Amino acid sequence: MKPFLKFFAPLALVAWGSILFSGCNKGSSSKKGELVLWHWMTDREEALQQLADQYQKQTGIKVRLELYAPSDSYASRVRAAAQTNTLPDIYGILGESRDLASFINSGHVANLQEALAEKNEGWQKQLFPKALATNTFKPGNQHKVPPGVYGVPIDVTNIQMIYNKDLFKQAGLDPDHPPLTWNAFLDAWHKLKAAHIPGLVSGWGETWMIDCFASNYAFNIMGEEKVMDTFRGKVPYTDPDWVRVLALFDQIHREGLLVSGVVTMVNKTAEQTFANGKAAFAFNGSWCVNVYKGMNPDLSFSTMLPPKLSDKNPMRIWGGAGSSFMVNAKSSQRDEAIQFLKWLTDAPQQVLLSKETSNLPSNRAAVGQLPPSLASFASQMDATTHPSQWAVTEQPTVTEALDKGIQSILVGEKTPEEVAAEVDALKKQQSSK
Amino acid sequence: MTWPRLRDLLTTYLFVAPAIILFLVFSLIPFLKVFQLSVFEWDGISSHMQFVWLNNFRTALFRDTSWWISMRNAGVITLLALSVQNFLALVLGLIVDREIKGKNFYRVVFYIPPVLSGIVVGLVWNWIFDGSHGLLNHALTTIHLGQWTRAWLADPKTAIYGIAVIHMWKGFGWGFVILLAGLQAIPRELNEAARVDGASEWYIFSRITVPLMMPVFFLVSILTVLGTMQIYDIIVSTTNGGPGYHTEVPITRILAAMVGSSRFGYACALGILFGIILLAVSMVQMRLSKWSARFS
Repeated sequence: MKPFLKFFAPLALVAWGSILFSGCNKGSSSKKGELVLWHWMTDREEALQQLADQYQKQTGIKVRLELYAPSDSYASRVRAAAQTNTLPDIYGILGESRDLASFINSGHVANLQEALAEKNEGWQKQLFPKALATNTFKPGNQHKVPPGVYGVPIDVTNIQMIYNKDLFKQAGLDPDHPPLTWNAFLDAWHKLKAAHIPGLVSGWGETWMIDCFASNYAFNIMGEEKVMDTFRGKVPYTDPDWVRVLALFDQIHREGLLVSGVVTMVNKTAEQTFANGKAAFAFNGSWCVNVYKGMNPDLSFSTMLPPKLSDKNPMRIWGGAGSSFMVNAKSSQRDEAIQFLKWLTDAPQQVLLSKETSNLPSNRAAVGQLPPSLASFASQMDATTHPSQWAVTEQPTVTEALDKGIQSILVGEKTPEEVAAEVDALKKQQSSK
Repeated sequence: MTWPRLRDLLTTYLFVAPAIILFLVFSLIPFLKVFQLSVFEWDGISSHMQFVWLNNFRTALFRDTSWWISMRNAGVITLLALSVQNFLALVLGLIVDREIKGKNFYRVVFYIPPVLSGIVVGLVWNWIFDGSHGLLNHALTTIHLGQWTRAWLADPKTAIYGIAVIHMWKGFGWGFVILLAGLQAIPRELNEAARVDGASEWYIFSRITVPLMMPVFFLVSILTVLGTMQIYDIIVSTTNGGPGYHTEVPITRILAAMVGSSRFGYACALGILFGIILLAVSMVQMRLSKWSARFS
C-alpha cells in the first residue's frame, strides 16, 4: 500500500463510519425504565428537573428532560422528529389547534380520554376544565380529529388588563376599584393623561396579542355565535358589529391611549415599560407576574378584565392551558408516560411548580396556596376562551389581515370601514378557493 | 482494467464519497425537495400532501398582494443601500486609503458594525428610534426640533427608512473593506504620474480610479443587492414587519407562510420565486459588469 494510503485510509474509514452511525441515530429514543421528555421552557427547567428527580426516587423511573430553546427551534425540532418518527415519549406541541390536529391525525399523539376518565374521572376533575378544553377535540370538529383529550396542561394562563396601583393613586384614582366599563376606563384615562401618566402598553408588534384584544371585544359586542358565524363565512366583516370592534381601536388611537411605538413593540419591551412605571395599564398574560417580579420587585399592580363595551354579552378573555404535554402514541412506554403526567399534575407537584415558576397551576386544588397577584388571575379562569376551544377558527391569512389592518388603524393610516372592507374581500377570496 | 488501476479508482471514490454523500444529503436533496414541495399543499406535519399543480405560484404571482408589498419594501431598502450605503463606503475608503493619521484604527472601527449580530444591532437601534425615550427624539428636542419627534419605527411614513438606516449602518463596513482593497490595488504610480502632469484630484478620480474600480463596484453592488433583499434579523428585532405591512420583506413573508399559517408548499413556492428574482437581478448585473469592462 502506498504510504499516503496508509495514513489516509483510516481517516476515510472514520468519515464513512461517522456518516453511517449518524444515519443510525434514533434521536431521543428511551430505554425501558426511562422516559424522555422534550420541552422548551428554560424558566421551568430547574423545577421540572427537581420533580423528575423526585419521581425517580419514588418510582425508580428516570425522566430524562431535554430542553430545546428558543421556542421556534423547539417547534421546528418537533416537526422534524414527527416526520422521522423520532418523537420522545412526552413532548409539547407549540402552535395552534390545526397544528395539534395534524400531529394527531398523523398518529403522533395519544388520546388520554380514557386515562382521564378512570376512577370516576379522578384525574380529569383535578384539572381546570378550560385548560383541558384547549387540548380537547369534540365530535364533528373542523379538523376531523377523533374526539378526545390529547394533552395535559401543566399550568394555566389567561390574559387580562393589568394596572399600576401607584400610578392610579398619583392620578387620584382608587386602585381598589378599577374601571369596569369602557366609558369608566376612558374617564380614568383622562385623569391619568392630565397627570402626565402614559396609558396602555402591550406587545402589539406581536400580532396575536392584537388578535386576542380584538376577539375579547368581538365576543363582548356580538357574542360567540356571531363571531363563529363570521369565521364560517355567514357574517361579513363589514357587519356593523365588526366595524364597532375596529372603531374601538380607532378610538384608542384618537384618545392617544397607547404608549408611543406599541404597534411594533414586542411584548418583552412592553413588559419592561410597564415594570418601569412608564404606563398605567398593560394588556398581558399571567406569566407577567414572574416577569415583573424579575424586572421590578417593588411594582404594585393588580388585574382587571378588559372594560366592557357592551352589556349584551359577557367579556371573555383568552386563556386555558399555558403549557401542555402530549404523550407519543407510538411510544413503547405510553402507560408509563401517562402515569408520570398524572403524577406531575397532582396537587403537591403543582404547588411546587407554581411556587418555583410563578405560573398558575393546572390543578384546581393547588390554587388555594397562590400569592394575591396570581390569585387574581386564577379567579378569572371561568371567563376564559381560546381559539383552540372554538368550534371554528378563522383562516390564518384572514386573521393576519385583520391584525395588520388594526395596526394600520392604530397609527391613523386607515379607517375601521376600510379595514373591514379589505378583510372581507380577502375572506371572500379565500372562501372561493 | 488491471487490478492496481481498479484499486486506485475505487480508493479515489472511497475518499470522495463521504463529501459527495454529505453534499447530496444536506444540499442537493433539500434543494430539489423545495421544488417538489412547491407543487403540493402540505402543512409540514401530515403524511398526506395534496398535489396542486402550479397553484402556489399562481397565488404568489397574482393574488398575494402582501408578497409584492414585501418585494417593494426590500427594493426600497436595496436602492438606498446601493446608493447611500455604497457611496458612504466609497468616501470612507478613499479617506482611509490616503496617508492619514490612525488609518488602521478607522479600518477596524468601520468594520465593527458588520460583525455584530443583526438582532443586537436591531435592539440597540430600537432604543435610538424609540418614540418615548429614544436618543434621536431626545437629540431633536435638545436642538429645538421637537415637532419632528415620533416613534420612528412605528410610523408608516418613516418605518421602512428607519429599517434602511439600520441596515446601511450595519452593512457599509463590508463595502468599505472591499472598496478599500480595490483602491489599494490601483498602482500608485498611475496617480503620481497624473499629478506630475498637473491633473486635479477630481480628474484622477474620474479618469483613473473609477474605470479601474468598475469590477469592484459591480462586485459590491451584487453583494449589496443579494444581502439587502434577504434582510431579516433587523426586521424581526425591530418592527416584526409592522406597522401593517410597511416593513414586511420577502423572508418574513416566506416564514409567515411556513410557520404562521403552516403552508409549507406555498412557502417553498415563494422561496423559488424569490430565488429566481435574485438570480435574474444578479445576471443583469453581471452582464452590465462585462459590458462595462469592455467599455472601460
